[in-house]
Amino acid sequence: MSVAEVSVENLCKTFHVGKQTIQALNNVSFSLKPGQVTGLIGPDGAGKTTLMRLLCGLLTIDSGRITVSGLDGATQAADIQASVSYMPQRFGLYEDLTVQENLDLYADLKGLAPGQRQTRYEELMKLTGLAPFTGRLAGKLSGGMKQKLGLACALVVTPKVLILDEPTVGVDPISRRELWHIVYQQVEQAGMTVLLSTAYLDEAERCAEVILLHEGKMLQQATPAIFSERVQGRSWLVSSPHLSNRQLQLKLSQLPGIIDALIVQGGVRVVTETADISFIQPSFDAATSLQTKAITPSFEDSFIDRLKQHNTDTGKTAITAHIAAEHPSDEVVIKVDQLKRTFGDFIAVNKVSFNVNKGEIFGLLGANGAGKSTTFRMLCGLLPISSGHCSVAGVDLRHAANQARQNIGYMAQKFSLYGQLTVMQNLRFYASCYGLFKKQQQARIQWAIDTFELEPYRNTNTADMPLGYKQRMSFAVALMHQPDILFLDEPTSGIDPLARREFWARTNALAESGVTVLVTTHFMEEANYCDHMVIMANGTVLAKGTPEQMKQLAQQENQPEPSMEDAFIYLIEQQMNKQSARQKQVSTP
Amino acid sequence: MSIRRHLLLIIALAIKELLALLRDKKSRMVLIGPPIAQLLIFGYAATFDLNHITLAVYNEDPGEASRELISRLSGSPNIDLLYTIQHESEIKPLIDNQDVLMVVHIHPQFSADISQGKSGKVQLILDGRNSNTAMIALNYTREIILQLNQQWAKNGLLHGPPVILESRAWYNENLRSRWFIVSGIIGLLSLVVSLVVTALSVAREREQGTFDQLLVTPVHPAFILIGKAIPGLLIGILEASFIIVVAVLWFDLPFRGSIGALYLGVFLFTLSSVGIGLMISSICVTQQQAVLGAFMFLVPAVILSGFATPIANMPDSVQLITYLDPLRYFLIIVRSVFMEAGSYNLFWPQYWPMVIIAITTLTMAAWLFRHKMY
Amino acid sequence: MSHNPRLQRLKGLVRKETLQIIRDPSSIALAFVLPIILLFLFGYGVSLDARNIPLGIVVEQPDAATQSLSGSFEQSYYFSPHYFQTIQQAETALKFHQIQGIIWLKQNFARQLFSHTQAVIGVRVNGVDSNQANLTLGYIQGTWQDWLYRYARVQGVKLNIPIEAEPRVWFNPAVSSRMFLIPGVVAIIMTIIGSLLTAMVVAREWDRGTMEALLVTPLSNIEFIAGKIIPYFVLGMGSLAATVILAIWLFDVPFIGSVGILLVTGALFMLVSLAVGLLISVLSKNQFVAGQVAIVISFLPAFILSGFVFDIHSMPAAIQVITHIVPARYFVAILQSLFLAGNIWPIILTNTAELLILLLIFSRLVAKKTRKRLE
Repeated sequence: MSVAEVSVENLCKTFHVGKQTIQALNNVSFSLKPGQVTGLIGPDGAGKTTLMRLLCGLLTIDSGRITVSGLDGATQAADIQASVSYMPQRFGLYEDLTVQENLDLYADLKGLAPGQRQTRYEELMKLTGLAPFTGRLAGKLSGGMKQKLGLACALVVTPKVLILDEPTVGVDPISRRELWHIVYQQVEQAGMTVLLSTAYLDEAERCAEVILLHEGKMLQQATPAIFSERVQGRSWLVSSPHLSNRQLQLKLSQLPGIIDALIVQGGVRVVTETADISFIQPSFDAATSLQTKAITPSFEDSFIDRLKQHNTDTGKTAITAHIAAEHPSDEVVIKVDQLKRTFGDFIAVNKVSFNVNKGEIFGLLGANGAGKSTTFRMLCGLLPISSGHCSVAGVDLRHAANQARQNIGYMAQKFSLYGQLTVMQNLRFYASCYGLFKKQQQARIQWAIDTFELEPYRNTNTADMPLGYKQRMSFAVALMHQPDILFLDEPTSGIDPLARREFWARTNALAESGVTVLVTTHFMEEANYCDHMVIMANGTVLAKGTPEQMKQLAQQENQPEPSMEDAFIYLIEQQMNKQSARQKQVSTP
Repeated sequence: MSIRRHLLLIIALAIKELLALLRDKKSRMVLIGPPIAQLLIFGYAATFDLNHITLAVYNEDPGEASRELISRLSGSPNIDLLYTIQHESEIKPLIDNQDVLMVVHIHPQFSADISQGKSGKVQLILDGRNSNTAMIALNYTREIILQLNQQWAKNGLLHGPPVILESRAWYNENLRSRWFIVSGIIGLLSLVVSLVVTALSVAREREQGTFDQLLVTPVHPAFILIGKAIPGLLIGILEASFIIVVAVLWFDLPFRGSIGALYLGVFLFTLSSVGIGLMISSICVTQQQAVLGAFMFLVPAVILSGFATPIANMPDSVQLITYLDPLRYFLIIVRSVFMEAGSYNLFWPQYWPMVIIAITTLTMAAWLFRHKMY
Repeated sequence: MSHNPRLQRLKGLVRKETLQIIRDPSSIALAFVLPIILLFLFGYGVSLDARNIPLGIVVEQPDAATQSLSGSFEQSYYFSPHYFQTIQQAETALKFHQIQGIIWLKQNFARQLFSHTQAVIGVRVNGVDSNQANLTLGYIQGTWQDWLYRYARVQGVKLNIPIEAEPRVWFNPAVSSRMFLIPGVVAIIMTIIGSLLTAMVVAREWDRGTMEALLVTPLSNIEFIAGKIIPYFVLGMGSLAATVILAIWLFDVPFIGSVGILLVTGALFMLVSLAVGLLISVLSKNQFVAGQVAIVISFLPAFILSGFVFDIHSMPAAIQVITHIVPARYFVAILQSLFLAGNIWPIILTNTAELLILLLIFSRLVAKKTRKRLE
């Protein structure tokens, strides 16, 4: 019987924000088994970050007990801080220091003897693949590389306990795989105890054990398999040759008895309340031939099932936009032609071309640093173009009259509303910016509050809201003026699966009503929502087409049915092989 | 859009700026607390009037005349006679250690010389480490000696200098430096406050990403600019008004000129400070740079404004630079309105340079909103 | 050689901070460009010594005596005379700031010059800038008396002044304000560097989220503070050396005291300023507020309350008490003595002692307020 490396008993924590009291953690108890990875899962605002900060001695304990490596959390906080390794959400890197300098700093701070450094650095560089970039400033690294560096800094000495707060947020699939590889390698080699929180539920299945947290309470601690058992026999794949996946999903998600409907490759993934799916057929036309197939439940299915029981409101609010559906349409709304942008001698976007038709969801996919955001910023007129052309609804937004921007809605990658203003103040302000005043303004604000369920946060500073609500707020602001064209830059990064579902339900409905949506994402499964997409890497377009076409590109003997993620990785790797081949050619005389 | 809608938009923008500024308790405190405290402290502290000239007397003369001189000196309300010393060697440590500002050394023959109709010699030794203080003390002592001379001459003791110099100071009849300094503080603190309000505002929005979100809305940069300028203007003008009231009611400054002319000055001055603040802010990428930038402007602006040291004493090349300093113009206006009963007709040479500074800096700032991206 | 983890942590932090300073041109600019600008401004620009004061002269009845007197004013370095026909014209010019003062030579000037009955010469000055007005009056008085004795001698009039005052201004015989302003500037510059730069640095760690990662390391409070102070201390001392050398070399300000004392007291003062900056930083926790506070409370108090321009003894007692918490006050006193008077031990020792007390108080506060927690 091994002694728990980390144990928590009856932990409570409340915060006071203004006059409000928020119960962040309510009587949480668990213990972590040493030498394994435990996942901390829960929707936004569940108290994951608070729990991790408490474990690290960064917050004071209201009541209850924390023991880490035999040290008491209330009285020996400094000793705990000296012994655990912690990677906060914002990874704690100094952006104006190089990779090597960041490593040196943490090596010094954590007391790694100079003699041991060389070997440890080499090991870490090999693991993270950062060796070629040691001289680069951390601020100039892509998001994925930053995360890897953050992890390397946390691992510069081998801690007994490693605490990672959302280490994979905003990271592309390739980097995510690598991060997991590093974590597992450390667990196996050094017997480290790892607690990590994540919003990616497929990652939960990689954990030995999962703690499910919801609204400050611990719902369950078990292995992922046990979690999945509860939805055994209730997961299905539904498809129809007569309906688009989007239409199918829209319809299914509104049926009673269906807990979850999610567009995946080849159809809609459905979780039902009971182990029977036959009840759906009557809701469709007799002519619509529905094919249903039972599939193995995933952790995500069980997660949604669990949380929907706790949430009375299922958040199935669909949005209807004002534009009459003229779908499909061949009208080109966004035109990008040979677009190029350089920063100094660095080419961020290199001759990118694509067209987006009216009323479609167009995806811009790519790893971190592929140039998606730069393309976006140029399209929205926020960044000058080095060469090439782009136009939105027939005009170049950088030089067009300001009125032209009335047609677009923009949601930045980073939360970019006024954090020190309340929800209402922000909404009022942006409504005014879009020329909505008085009654019109009141109506739209009420719409935003109702649609995005912002009522409880009306008078909260937006900076103090949970991530998922911040994202809703940003989306509400982007939709405030009912634009015809939406630019959404990584809208689902870091938000929980529930919020992600809501987000896509809304976006789907908008597209159905004729709104053109341009979206970037690195959740590859979300590419299934797109009508068309491009995959970008290193500033260039690797492939263009429909999701099906993309998958076909990656079809091989050993991979007859590639997922979108497989396709993505395949394309990127191909590109890298090509590059290295070219480099070899150059270097061989 | 109609004019009404434009107005509503500007109000919305200004409210947003004010909220962003004032919702944070700490930031609210910074804007209210220190300026008031500084007004009171500086109002009392900043004075060129010497009311405690510390004095030591080394009298080698046993006669009547020297005693009269000493009693005149020590009888003055602004002189504190601290030491009477017996040896010349005591002078040096007293001055060196700043125990006294001045030593009056009366020579042994002083009374004898005077009674013989010759001049009695007195040596005044001053600590020149602060030359201004030394000069003021010297002038003050000379004045006392002159009065004594004239009295003696009048009594027919001697053929002294006649009482024929009759001097009068205009506007500040008793030459109170508080009038001069407190009126200067109005400009100083308004400048600091409007800079603090504006210099960080764009840089902060850039750092937090909110500026992008604003730039994708149909709002014209000119409106963003106006929205950002209004809080600075409001707070600057409020702060100036408050200080003006305190100056008159608390520090007993006269208010002789036209209030309208003063407020036109306050408005133009605040507008140009806000313009400079916004320009600094839109050039800078980070808040740290903005703070340093504000400083780089503030310090020379105060020094070159004529707040403490007259512009006329500066070399011509430096005087040219002062024409770029809005505080320079404002100080002339505010002091003139308080003391010289100044009005509009006197101030046109001050008004128009501030208008030009304001227009130039505000235009630059608006242009930089869009064009300074990285 | 066994390595000392404490030292190693400190070294790492200092290196990090140094690199950040080097990579951000704005802090270097503050440390080396601002001092140079300020030195030039004070060295060449600012001066309390009046020269070429525009002075209106009204002569109601021109003759040899009036000509001789106005000649004296014309030759004086202090004045640049303008002539007016009537006192009304001159007063209008005074009103419009064309002239700073008026000398009014009334009718019968020459005849009644030596009588004791009637004033034949009137003086008006614009008193708005009271200090300048005082100095101007002093200069006029002096020029007038010099002329009077000379003229009496020429005319064969017996004129003795009973008391002849012979001023000696020690340490600054030329009574040049530059001599006392420059040492003061050095203190102001040190204050700005110390407080402003450091005010931003801790707040920046909070803003950028790096603080959270630093907190979960074995780093102790003391090490954290020391790691922040050391690089800025070096930067500040470099700036101090540069400004002192420039002051002496460019502006011919004498330096009579010992360099050793300058270094020791300068270092002490630098530490106090840094502690103030850190305190601002630790208390505000975000750059926006820290920047605002630093602008508001570092420069102006150092400028006004340090005795740099305004004499502390002339302030009301309550304000004098307040000046005791302005560190620049002590350093200004030390510097003015070191530059112009030499090693005056009583001044150096008392001011050093007060600086030490301030250092203790501020560093206690910093240590107390630097918590290894997020709340």
